[in-house]
Amino acid sequence: MFDFLEGYDLLGSFWTTVQLTVFSGIGSLVWGTLLAAMRVSPVPLMRGFGTVYVNVVRNIPLTVIIVFTSLGLADTFHITLGAPDDLKAQGFRLAVLGLIVYHAAFVCEAIRSGINTVPVGQAEAARAIGLNFTQVLTLVVLPQAFRSVVAPLTNVLIALTKNTTIAAAIGVAEAGLLMKEIVETEAQLYATVAIFALGFVILTLPTGLLLGWFGKRVAVKR
Amino acid sequence: MSSVLYDIPGPKAKRRNLIFSAVFVVLFALVAWWAIKLMGDTDQWVWAKWEPFLTADVWTTYLLPALANTLKAAALSMVIALPLGAVLGIARLSDHRWVRAPATFIVELFRAIPVLILMVFANEYFSQYWSLTISSEVRPLYAVVTGLVLYNASVLAEIVRAGILSLPKGQTEAAKAIGLRKGQVMRSVLLPQAVTAMLPAIVSQLVVILKDTALGGVMLNFTELLNSRKTISGFFGNPIPTFIVIALIFVALNFALTSFAAWLEKRLRRAKKSTGAVLGAGTGEEPPAAHLNAGGVRGSFGDGSGGGGT
Repeated sequence: MFDFLEGYDLLGSFWTTVQLTVFSGIGSLVWGTLLAAMRVSPVPLMRGFGTVYVNVVRNIPLTVIIVFTSLGLADTFHITLGAPDDLKAQGFRLAVLGLIVYHAAFVCEAIRSGINTVPVGQAEAARAIGLNFTQVLTLVVLPQAFRSVVAPLTNVLIALTKNTTIAAAIGVAEAGLLMKEIVETEAQLYATVAIFALGFVILTLPTGLLLGWFGKRVAVKR
Repeated sequence: MSSVLYDIPGPKAKRRNLIFSAVFVVLFALVAWWAIKLMGDTDQWVWAKWEPFLTADVWTTYLLPALANTLKAAALSMVIALPLGAVLGIARLSDHRWVRAPATFIVELFRAIPVLILMVFANEYFSQYWSLTISSEVRPLYAVVTGLVLYNASVLAEIVRAGILSLPKGQTEAAKAIGLRKGQVMRSVLLPQAVTAMLPAIVSQLVVILKDTALGGVMLNFTELLNSRKTISGFFGNPIPTFIVIALIFVALNFALTSFAAWLEKRLRRAKKSTGAVLGAGTGEEPPAAHLNAGGVRGSFGDGSGGGGT
């Protein structure tokens, strides 16, 4: 029944999807945390920058950003991220860059909302018993914030996994592009869609269940 | 400014903040200077590349018709997905397992599949089975709308479900106590209140739909805003300015919608007549309703969803 898949690198394409997810996941976590730190910092300039970045980036379609990395950064500005000749590696790196730029805004908002769930009274009480800034942050505020951040961050990660398909727009050989190729050449439309849908369910469902369970476990009951 | 993280700054903290500001300004200026220089080196500041956007022709022949297509696809998707989502969302709350289970399956399945896959599938489906009724010119629009409806109906189903669950239990209990039937409780008590509670979340979802139409432009050659880039930059040879202008249009449009959602949410939270249940506008990528699965049901929704807690 699945003979028509012969000659297509199905596992390879999903492996690229996983790689895109992992690299851009780590990248957007780092950049998003930095942005969140700016957005809650006492320095007005950094707060302003964080706010503008988040409001601009999350209102631009990811497709625009990804297409820009290829047509703008690589073709016009010749920013090839260390792979000027290897087009495959270049496309992959540019896609990761685009995914990071976009999802960092959502990571930032998730973390900020986590910090916002900690009642101000917690910090005030901590200061009142004489803890200094570092102690207030590491002993009282951040442990509570981290716990409430798990659920929203999980949602960003799942969205990121699905959004890696947009890398197909610049020709990265991941699952979305392979599916387009298969449905356009082979006759088995339903079987192909079922396989790729199943692939994404396999990728996103365990993540959601596992992190959802974890998030519920560590959540602060108020 | 005082927050959870820090107190009102004293003289020492003020000095430190000043140093941080200075370092930040220097870093930012360096990056900005590099970007401006890079654009200069590749002749992006040439006036001829920007001038077309000040002429009416470019707007009336390229940008506005494309924008109209974007808006048309988004509006159609929302109008079709909303009733579907409402049916699915209410079905998920049914007392009967044989209604609940398939609805849950459909919602969870379509939320797990990327929109791009759904769009590509719809495009191929229409070209294989409907090629006689749907010509190849309008097929991209059909495919984009179908893909967006399949995905967003399930997302909206979760929003509807969360909206109904966010209402205080007393509403159902009181309605049942005066003798209303199940359908009547849903129709005359829960839904009218839930609709107000979910308005901000629905407006935010419109932003997601609007952004996803661009995907159809690249993958299916749907003539929407991002796709008009090809014709404009092909005609005037100005890819970078075109990108910037199109991005700005998207930002302006979506920022207006996001702000409207935030305003609605704030207003609804303040309203004295309501039960106080409001579904937060969320952060725009995943619906606030997604917390329903992850974080369990809480009394008032939107607390942790980044829509600004109460």
